[in-house]
Amino acid sequence: MSKLLKVTSSPHIRHVDSTRGIMFDVIVALLPAAIWGCILFGLRAVIMLAVTIVTAVASEFVWNIVLKKEQTIGDLSAVLTGLLLGMNLSSQTPFWIAAIGSVVAIIVVKQMFGGLGFNFANPAMTARIVLLVSFAGQMSSYVSPIEWWSSGAVDAIATATPLAKESSYTLRELFFGMHSGAIGETSAFLLIIGGLYLMLRRVIKPIIPVAFIGTVAIASLIAGTDLKLALFGGGLMLGAIFMATDYVTTPTTNLGKLIFGVGCGLITFVIRYFGALPEGVSYAILLMNILTPHINRLTLSKPFGAEEVAKS
Amino acid sequence: MKSKKLSILTNGIIKENPVLRLVLGTCPTLAVTTAAANGIGMGIAATIVLVCSNAAISLLRNFIPDKVRIPAFITVIAGFVSVVQMLVKAFAPAIDESLGIFLPLIVVNCIILARAEMFASKNPVLPSILDGLGMGIGFTATLTLMGAIRELLGAGTIFGMTVTAEFIDPMIIFLLPPGGFFVFGILVAASNALARRQGKPVVEHLGCANCPSRSACHNAVLDGEEKPVECAAKATEEPKQEKVEEIKETTQEEASEEAQEKIVEEAPQEVAEENEETSETVEETVVEETDEKVGGSNE
Repeated sequence: MSKLLKVTSSPHIRHVDSTRGIMFDVIVALLPAAIWGCILFGLRAVIMLAVTIVTAVASEFVWNIVLKKEQTIGDLSAVLTGLLLGMNLSSQTPFWIAAIGSVVAIIVVKQMFGGLGFNFANPAMTARIVLLVSFAGQMSSYVSPIEWWSSGAVDAIATATPLAKESSYTLRELFFGMHSGAIGETSAFLLIIGGLYLMLRRVIKPIIPVAFIGTVAIASLIAGTDLKLALFGGGLMLGAIFMATDYVTTPTTNLGKLIFGVGCGLITFVIRYFGALPEGVSYAILLMNILTPHINRLTLSKPFGAEEVAKS
Repeated sequence: MKSKKLSILTNGIIKENPVLRLVLGTCPTLAVTTAAANGIGMGIAATIVLVCSNAAISLLRNFIPDKVRIPAFITVIAGFVSVVQMLVKAFAPAIDESLGIFLPLIVVNCIILARAEMFASKNPVLPSILDGLGMGIGFTATLTLMGAIRELLGAGTIFGMTVTAEFIDPMIIFLLPPGGFFVFGILVAASNALARRQGKPVVEHLGCANCPSRSACHNAVLDGEEKPVECAAKATEEPKQEKVEEIKETTQEEASEEAQEKIVEEAPQEVAEENEETSETVEETVVEETDEKVGGSNE
């Protein structure tokens, strides 16, 4: 690609950002929560993440070979997609279902639309929705984390996600992730740390996560639901910080990002509060992904000094 | 003569498959193909209506005023749909149950209306019946194929017989609308790939230029330019002028007015016969030729 852009005269400073670098940053930011999930849920979680990552990379590798395209697995985006998908699954999900999810994410959602940069929705999250719709039973069996810090004898008690029922979790348990849920979504603390790292590295802007989480918080306060459960009990942190900030599928302007975040928050709240599903983060992000081109068109920035934006 | 009739029949099954090549009748296609049996039921019901309405409209083609032809077509079609619906209700209540609203909705199925408008209203009875039969078989085959794929992946069965359901959990999403769109898209892509391999035009966008029926369409917009208004009048005249060759390949009629006029002026009879021959032997070259003519005349 850079071959095309060699028309240059002045000395230019080359920015060190690359797709690979950004993907690497996001993976680093996700790692604490992923490792914590592996500690909480044990060996099955480790294998789960390995299965999703390996399948995702292999799918992209095979697709590029079969269609005789340039090999793109080096940009780490497939690794990130696999990791994100794995962190969004319960540790009790059968491995073959997780593998199907990775194939759907890479082949159907990403490559069929033209590869990285052309997908209209976040691959990992869309794959999770496909799995959730297809295998509702297997996908929603969660277990309590192994409580090795207390009794030590208990192993894998099947429970629902905290959002699905009245629960007695304390704020501390919810915040640090000692509750049931998907592998990577339990520890709000580590996810926020990862998000702060990304913001410090200027990989993501804080607008979408803040607007998303803020909207859910305000709506929950108004509706009088349990705030700590609404914020830390489900996939909100993982979704808001890592999925709703995907470059390709979110608006480019600041105002657009704000609209996107608020929209995600509202849809999440509506699904949780009025809908039959316990969790609505992924559906909210997918719906707003679809609206992204329209948000972009509505919030076009005006060139400096221009009277009116030319209509395309 | 025989091979010409046969080509009208096979036209609808493969070359102008209504669902995959003309992209018509998408709504029932997506809605009822949750099981292979539904696809067959829907397909057969639509085929019966298609054959009967094509025959009736072809018989009435000289009596239906051009301005009210669409209401007239719909009335004829609705009559046959009512008959079919009562028959299905009486003899196959299970299929009636699973097809639900989509059975009476055959009235507004665009395949049937399109064949009435593009073929039956311009051709004699026998070719119209064959066209309806071919299109109906194409529709039924596609629906059955889609139904079988969705049923296999979504429920692990085919025609209700357990295939994979016992050792693989089926992916329920294939029974839901997204799965329908997915399978539909994959099938259109596959048929495009096949068409490309044979060097035929592919369905890339849904404009008139890519429509396999553009030749027969009164209002086809080619190259983004609308044909002049007098074209509609001319198009209605055309079938009478070319009585001899009206059964020939629809693609032939497509030469735009200029080319058409030239042909008619120079030597109508000869050219017509010549074209007929070529259409029988080497269809593809004719398609290319006419394409060129259209392109040239528009420049």
